[in-house]
Amino acid sequence: MNRLTMLSRKPWIWSFVAAAAIWLVTILFTGGSSTASLSQATLTFAAFSIIVGLGQMLVITLGPGNVDLSVPATITLSGTVALKLMDGQDGMILVGLLVSIAIGLVIGILNYALIKFLRIPPIIATLSMSFLVQSCAIWYNRGLRVKPPEALASFSTSSTFGLPNTAIIALFLSLGVWWLLDRSLFGRWISAIGQNAFAARMAGIAVDGCRLATYVLCAVLAAICGYLLASFSGGAALNMGAEYLLMSIAVVVIGGSAVAGGNSNVPGIWGASLFMFLVVSMLNTYGFGAGVRLIMTGLIIISVIVAASRPTGSTR
Amino acid sequence: MSQTEAVVSIRQVRVEFGAVKALDGVDFAIGRGEAVGLVGHNGAGKSTIVNVINGGLSPHQGEILYEGRTGSGIATARAHGVRCVFQELSLCPNLTVVENTRLMHSGLSGLGWRRRAAKLIRDSLDTIFPGHGIDCFAVVGSLSIAERQMVEIAINFLGVSEPPKLVILDEPTSSLDAGLAEQLMAHVRRFVAGGGSVLLISHILGEILSTSSRIVVMKDGRVVTSRPAAEFSVRSLVEAMGSVVKETTRAVRATALTAEKVIDLPAVKGAGIPFYARKGEIVGLAGLGGHGQTTTLLHLFAESSSRWLPSTDKQMAFVAGDRALNGTFPLWSILRNLSIGNLAAFARRASIDRDREAAHGEDWKAKMGIRTPDMNNPILSLSGGNQQKVLFARALAGEARIVLMDDPMRGVDIGTKQEVYATLRREAEQGRTFIWYSTEIDEVRLCDRVYVFRDGIIVAELEGDAITEDNILATSFSGEAA
Amino acid sequence: MRKTISGFLPILIPALSLVVLLAAVFYMQPRAMSYTGLNLLFNLAVPIALATIAQMIIMAVNDLDLSMGTFVSFAACVTAVYMPQQPLVACMILLAAIGVYAVLGIIITLRDLPSIVVTLGMSFVWGGLAVLILPAPGGQAPVWLRALMIAKPPFVPMAIVASVVIAFLAHLIIMRSTFGVLVRGLGGNSRSVARAGWSVLALKGAAYALAAAFAVLAGMALVGLTTSADANIALRYTLLSIAGVILGGGEFVGGRVSPIGAVIGALTLTLAGSFLSFLRISPDWQIGAQGAILIIVLALRLVINRSSQQEKAS
Repeated sequence: MNRLTMLSRKPWIWSFVAAAAIWLVTILFTGGSSTASLSQATLTFAAFSIIVGLGQMLVITLGPGNVDLSVPATITLSGTVALKLMDGQDGMILVGLLVSIAIGLVIGILNYALIKFLRIPPIIATLSMSFLVQSCAIWYNRGLRVKPPEALASFSTSSTFGLPNTAIIALFLSLGVWWLLDRSLFGRWISAIGQNAFAARMAGIAVDGCRLATYVLCAVLAAICGYLLASFSGGAALNMGAEYLLMSIAVVVIGGSAVAGGNSNVPGIWGASLFMFLVVSMLNTYGFGAGVRLIMTGLIIISVIVAASRPTGSTR
Repeated sequence: MSQTEAVVSIRQVRVEFGAVKALDGVDFAIGRGEAVGLVGHNGAGKSTIVNVINGGLSPHQGEILYEGRTGSGIATARAHGVRCVFQELSLCPNLTVVENTRLMHSGLSGLGWRRRAAKLIRDSLDTIFPGHGIDCFAVVGSLSIAERQMVEIAINFLGVSEPPKLVILDEPTSSLDAGLAEQLMAHVRRFVAGGGSVLLISHILGEILSTSSRIVVMKDGRVVTSRPAAEFSVRSLVEAMGSVVKETTRAVRATALTAEKVIDLPAVKGAGIPFYARKGEIVGLAGLGGHGQTTTLLHLFAESSSRWLPSTDKQMAFVAGDRALNGTFPLWSILRNLSIGNLAAFARRASIDRDREAAHGEDWKAKMGIRTPDMNNPILSLSGGNQQKVLFARALAGEARIVLMDDPMRGVDIGTKQEVYATLRREAEQGRTFIWYSTEIDEVRLCDRVYVFRDGIIVAELEGDAITEDNILATSFSGEAA
Repeated sequence: MRKTISGFLPILIPALSLVVLLAAVFYMQPRAMSYTGLNLLFNLAVPIALATIAQMIIMAVNDLDLSMGTFVSFAACVTAVYMPQQPLVACMILLAAIGVYAVLGIIITLRDLPSIVVTLGMSFVWGGLAVLILPAPGGQAPVWLRALMIAKPPFVPMAIVASVVIAFLAHLIIMRSTFGVLVRGLGGNSRSVARAGWSVLALKGAAYALAAAFAVLAGMALVGLTTSADANIALRYTLLSIAGVILGGGEFVGGRVSPIGAVIGALTLTLAGSFLSFLRISPDWQIGAQGAILIIVLALRLVINRSSQQEKAS
C-alpha cells in the first residue's frame, strides 16, 4: 500500500496509466485479435519518439526558454548522409553510425555557439540552424533514395526475444540518459541550472559547459534517431523528421517533466511515447480521422500543462 | 498639528515579516506644505513606511488616514494625490517619455493625449530641471540613468487635472550629479512653499538638512526622533541614528596581521581604497544597502570559477542572502541543496555515491543544527533561518578557503544567528577567510576589519576598535550635498 | 539629434536590407522593375505581413505563438469552406476563435504558463479542426475577397498598397493608441503597469484577441490569393512570422516591437525567396539562405547594440 501511494506521487505514472488504458480499450474493440501486432507496432514506433524525446527532455531541463527546434532537420540530415555514405554496403554500417554521431556533435556545438556568442534565444538559434541543416540535407540528398545496407535494414525491422530491436536500442539509450540524469554529477548540475541558473552559477557549477554538453547530447540523440529511422523505413526522406518537432516536446510535457525546467524523468518519456502512438491507433481503430486525433493530442497537452501548473505544494 | 491638516497620517502601524518587526507601532504624519526628511540605517523601516503610505503594503495593525479619512490600497492613495518615486526605476524602458507619462496618468485619455502629455511632461521637466535637454519623444531605454531618474521624478510631480499632494522621494538623487540634485532640492522647496508635501529619503545628509522642514529619525522599526530640521547638524543626526544601548565590548581576537593576503585588489575606478583579505580573517563590508557590496562579492566569485569547465578545486564559496534569487534550488530536497556545493567529493567516476551523500547530510545536519526530521524533505519545508543554515553548510562543507557572504542573516531569528556566528569564528580560527557583507551593525562589529561602501566605492577602512557604529554611520552617509 | 537617429535605428536596418535586396533583384532581373513584376515579387506578402503583425503583438507581451501557422491555416479553411455560401457561420466561427485566443491569454497570465507549450498544444487543436473542416484541399474564395486581392490599383500593385495599409493600421493601434502603449508597457515592465492601476489580465486577453484578429485576416487574405485552401496551407507561417518580427527589429522580450519594421521584415522574407532564385542559387539552399539571413541580421544587431551602448557609456 505504502509503495503504491509512493508510486502514485511520481509524475510519470499517469502517462503509463493512460497508455495502458488506451491499449486495453483498443484491444477490447478488436476482440483481442490484435494484441500482439498492436504491442509490436507501438513499441517499434514509440522507440523513435523516445530517442528524440530523451534529448529534448535534457534541453528542457535546462530551464525556461531552452528548447531545441533543430531536431527534425538533424534527423533528416543524419539519415540522409548516413545512408548515402553506407551506399547499401554492410561493411560501412559502423562508419555510417559514427558519421551520424559526428553530425549531431557539430550541430549541437553550432547551436550553442549561436545561443552563447550571438546571444540569440535558443528557440530562434536552433530554428535558424534547422534551416541551414535542412538545406544541407536537400543539397546532399539530390532526390536520391538510397537503400540502407541489407543487414542494417533487417536488424532495424526485426525483433529479439519478442522485442523490436529499435525498442531495445531505445531502452539502452534510456538507461544511459537515466543514469546521467539520476545518478551522475552532470544530472545534478543541469537540474540545478534549470531550477535557478544564478544559484547554480554561485554554487560553482560550470553553467556554460553544462549547457553546451546538453545541446550536443540532444543533437546526437536526434542524429542516432535519424540513422535508425532511415534504416527502418528503407531510405531517407526529406520530411522524415518533420513530425518529431512537436512530438519531441509533447512527450516531455506529457511525461511529467517540468516545463519550467529542473525536474525531468526518463520513464515518463516512455509512457508518453507509448501513449501518443496508442491514441493514434485507437482513434484509427474506432474510425476517427486525423482531425480528431490532432485535437485530442492538443487538448491532452494543454490539460497536462494546466494541471501541472497548480500552485506547487510543499510535497511533490 | 491636527489630524485633518495632515495629507497622510498613520497611527500605531505594525508590520512584521516573519520574525522581523519592520514597523513596531509607528505614528507618523505629513502635513500640508511640509517637507519631511526620513533617515535611518538599514532595516530601520524606511522603505516599509513608504510602502504603507503609498498603499502597496497593508499593515498588520493600525490605520492609515488620507486627508483625515481611513483608506487602503494603491488606488486610494493615488486618488488622494500620493505619488511615489521608487528607489529602483519603475519606468517601462521600451516606451517613450511621453508614453510613460500616459501610462502613469490614467486621466490623460481621449484623442490628442500625446500632445497634451508631451506638454505636461516638458513643462514639468523644464520647471524642475531647467536646461535638461531631454527629448520627450525619446525611448526611455536610450536615456542615461540620470535622465531616466529625472523623467521619473518629473512624471510624479506633474498633475493632469490637479497637482499631486504628497510626493515620496526614495533616494531620488542616487544617480544625479550635484548640479541636478541641487535643482531637484530647489524644486522640492518651491513645491513645499506652494502648499505641497514631500517625504524625502536620502543617504546624503546635506540634502536632508538643507531641504526638509522636519526630520524624522527611525531605528529598528520605530520613530526615535521627530524635530524641526534646524535643530540638527550632520553630527547630531548621525548620533540620533545610532544605537541607544551602550556598546558591548568586542570579542577581541588575535588576528594574524602577518598572514598571507589571499585577495588583493586595487582601488575601484581609481577612487576609494584598495581591497585585501588575509588568511583566517573575517572582513566586513558595510554601508547602506545597494552601494556596491553585493556587486563586489559577485565580481570576486566570477573571477574565481570557470563557466565552461567543471572546477576541480574551488577557491571560493558563496552564501546567498536573497535565497530565492541566488541561493536555493526550490525543487530539491534539503540534502541535495546541501550537497551540491561539494558534490565531487562523493562521486566515483562521475557517479554519485548516495550513501556517502546521505552520511554527509546527517553530519552537517548535526553540525549546523538544521531542524528537520528528514534531510530528504523539500528545502522549502524549512523555515528561513534553517534554509540559511543549509546554505552555510553548503559553503563550509566544501574545500573553499574563502567564503563570500551576501548579507546572509536577513530575516533570520536571533538564536540561529548566534549559532552561525560561533561557527564562523571556529572556521576562521582554522584559517578560512570570510568576506561578509552585512547590513546589521551588530554583525559588522564581529569582523576583524571593515570596509565601508558608498556609491559603489570603498570610502573607509576600519580596523579593530575603530569599528564602531558611529564611525560606520558617519562614513556611510555623505555629509556634503553629493 | 543623435537621439532621434538612434530612435529610428531599429527600422533603419530592416528598411535598408529591403532596399538593398530590391536593388539586387532589379539589377539581376530588370524586367521585375514593372507593375506586373512587383506584383509577382510581392504577391504572397500580404498574408505573411498580417501573420507577422499578429505574432508581433504576442511578442510585445513577452510571449510567443507557435500555433500561428496552424491557426492561419484554420482561418483559411473556414473562409474557403463557409465564407462563400454561409458568411454568417464563417464569421461566427472566426469570432469564436478570436475569443479562444483571448481566453488563452488570460489563462497563460493567470496560471503563469509558458506560452510556448500552450500554443504548441493549440497548434494541434487548430490543425485538427482545419482537417475536420476541410479534409482534402478545396473550397473556394468568396467573390468579394478574390476581387479585393487581385484588384489592380493605378501605379502601385495591390500587394504593396495593402502592405502599406497594414503597416499604417498596425502602427496606429500598437504605437499610437493608449491600448498599444499599455500592451507594450506590459512587455517592458508589467509591474509598473499594474502599479499605475491597470488590469494586466484584461490587457493580456485583449492583446491575444487582437493578434488572433490579425491572424484571421491573414488566413482570409491567403484564400483570396490562392482561391482555395487546405489544412496545411500556412504551416510555415509560424516560423516566417517570428523571423519577420525579428528581421523587422522586434525583440523577444521587453516589448520592443515595430509594426512598420515587422511589415518590412515580412516583405524582405518574401523577396528573399525571389532573390535567391534570381541569384541562381539552387533551390536546395533556399531555406538555408533564410536561416543564414536570420543569423546574419541578429549578429548585425548585436554588433550595433554593443557599439551604441559603448557610445552611451562614454
